[in-house]
Amino acid sequence: MADVLIRNNVTVAGRVDGQPIVFSHGFGCDQNMWRFVTPAFEDRYRIVLFDHVGAGHSDWKAYDRTRYASLAGYATDVLEIIRELDLSDVVFVGHSVSSMIGALAAIEDPDRFASLVMVGPSPCYIDDANYVGGFSRSDIDGLLDSLDSNYLGWSQAMAPVIMGNADRPHLGAELTASFCRTDPEIARHFARVTFLSDNRADLGRVSIPTLILQCMEDPIAPKVVGDYVHSGVPGSELVVLEATGHCPNLSAPDETVAAIQHFLGSQAARG
Amino acid sequence: MADDGEDGPPCAVLAELLEESPEDLYEHAPCGYLSTLLDGTIVKVNETFLSWTGHRADDLVRSRKFSQLLTAGGRIFYETHYAPMLQMQGSVREIAVDLVCATGETLPVLLNSVVRHDDSGRAVAVRTTVFDATERRSYERELLRAKRAAEDSEARAALLAETLQRSLIPPTPPEIPGLGVAAAYRPAGLGDQVGGDFYDVFATGRNDWAVTLGDVCGKGPEAATVTALARYTIRAAAMGTRRPTRVLAMLNEALLRQRAERFCTVIYARLQTVQGHWRVTVSSGGHPPAIRLAADGSVAPLGRAGDLLGVHDQPILYDVRAELRPRETLLFFTDGVTEGRRDREFYGEDRLFAVLRSCRGLGPAELVDAVVSDVVDFQRGATRDDIAVLAVQVPA
Repeated sequence: MADVLIRNNVTVAGRVDGQPIVFSHGFGCDQNMWRFVTPAFEDRYRIVLFDHVGAGHSDWKAYDRTRYASLAGYATDVLEIIRELDLSDVVFVGHSVSSMIGALAAIEDPDRFASLVMVGPSPCYIDDANYVGGFSRSDIDGLLDSLDSNYLGWSQAMAPVIMGNADRPHLGAELTASFCRTDPEIARHFARVTFLSDNRADLGRVSIPTLILQCMEDPIAPKVVGDYVHSGVPGSELVVLEATGHCPNLSAPDETVAAIQHFLGSQAARG
Repeated sequence: MADDGEDGPPCAVLAELLEESPEDLYEHAPCGYLSTLLDGTIVKVNETFLSWTGHRADDLVRSRKFSQLLTAGGRIFYETHYAPMLQMQGSVREIAVDLVCATGETLPVLLNSVVRHDDSGRAVAVRTTVFDATERRSYERELLRAKRAAEDSEARAALLAETLQRSLIPPTPPEIPGLGVAAAYRPAGLGDQVGGDFYDVFATGRNDWAVTLGDVCGKGPEAATVTALARYTIRAAAMGTRRPTRVLAMLNEALLRQRAERFCTVIYARLQTVQGHWRVTVSSGGHPPAIRLAADGSVAPLGRAGDLLGVHDQPILYDVRAELRPRETLLFFTDGVTEGRRDREFYGEDRLFAVLRSCRGLGPAELVDAVVSDVVDFQRGATRDDIAVLAVQVPA
């Protein structure tokens, strides 16, 4: 089972005996997404970071289209990491699609979790009858085209670099340039699974204290979607950040940290 | 810089170039140029960008975010890739997106961006240049289409080869009551070509069996048709005669009549029980002999090589008969085994004999596995020819 930690490139930092806080990145990047946020939690929490399979320095060979044909596969990975490290009382902070992945994991095994923080969540990206997700099916096809176009520079030669081939340390400079790059086929599949997912029915099954962080202007998960998640997750708390865009963890780390800490503080006081 | 010599540009032109106003260099640069706040709000945009997109400066400056000028798909890419990379690296290069023009048409562009910092090192704004990539994009689309088409036909060819290959060997592991039988077939390289190796095991009568293994020269669909012909001819011929040389002679005739112009090597063994003992009669049409592995670990070839099949009208062929004792094994193989190469070195018969000696006491399946993995390891996994191996073993 220890290969779970290698598979997902799990890194553990912070206070050894602290409450575990797991940060989970979304579509498009890797655990680097949290680099401005995690320092604020180091002295009190045990910080667990990882890359989803197919992203960052995870084991790409473990990418299995069947396992990752839905978000449930990623949720299973999260639970495997938590069980491997034998974590309990976990605070799970998920960005973008990972907030739904965290929700699915918390539904599956709620006893492991203390609370859930959803940053820019969307249970369904595509408009449906009266539901506004913000996108149409053809928009998502446009995204796939965009991915194709942007991964043209990706080549077989890059794969060992991104996968951290220790035999070729001289490629360090290219590694920096390859930041956020991934195998185009995996990116396409992850994009499809993410943006065609519909987990609206799961929101009501989340039974742990939940914070929703919504950016003021988020082109991926607009405010109306944040409101939908808020009304769907029983007893959830919604905080609208002044930050704009979809990545407040990068663009407004201080505001993001403050909101999470405030939520965790109030949970502790209640606890 | 060249002096104003007689061969240099006229003074007037040079002077004019040097005096071009920064304003004009900016406004009419051969690329779109935008400055945005960190949240993407457009604060400055050049004339080139406006003329390409048909937008008016008043509609953009301080009222639109750059990502709002993109198609929905591009916007998702921008938010999930471009913005994070820019925030973490301070710059991004060659990002492909589509701009939505004032008319609603789209313009494929490439973006380069850098974050500008103030004197105290604080990020304050982003400068972005925009390059028209219309033709590049259609070329890329052609490339993608060609790549997908190539991948599709590659997959189809591999499937075809695999399906065809499956029809040349028995669908289920062969069985002979009272004998242990095991076989392995490993296509060369990536397995995307049909090979010419085949084997077969079938009953010809009560307590009477045929085991055959062969190799048609060449690869590909044409070799496969000859392989299929060989396999079915052998089956048909074996119903009319029990003598291995006769079966091979009939195959030879069929190959010549077919004008296949491909020769093949085949070994054919008749296995029969006579008063509770196993007797084998082997004939080889240009094929490596079978190898007999005795219970005491000794190894010896069995059979006498006759002529290749599909070449001569009257091939010379021999029947060699032997009794198989308990715990004795008979191994049949194609030349993909002995002619397996590492650099200039052949795997060879000696290595095969050595691995067989080390297999003393193993059952037929383990023995076949041991031979195949030894040959494959010898070639460092990169096998250039198909490998077919078949073993029959008399139980203790």
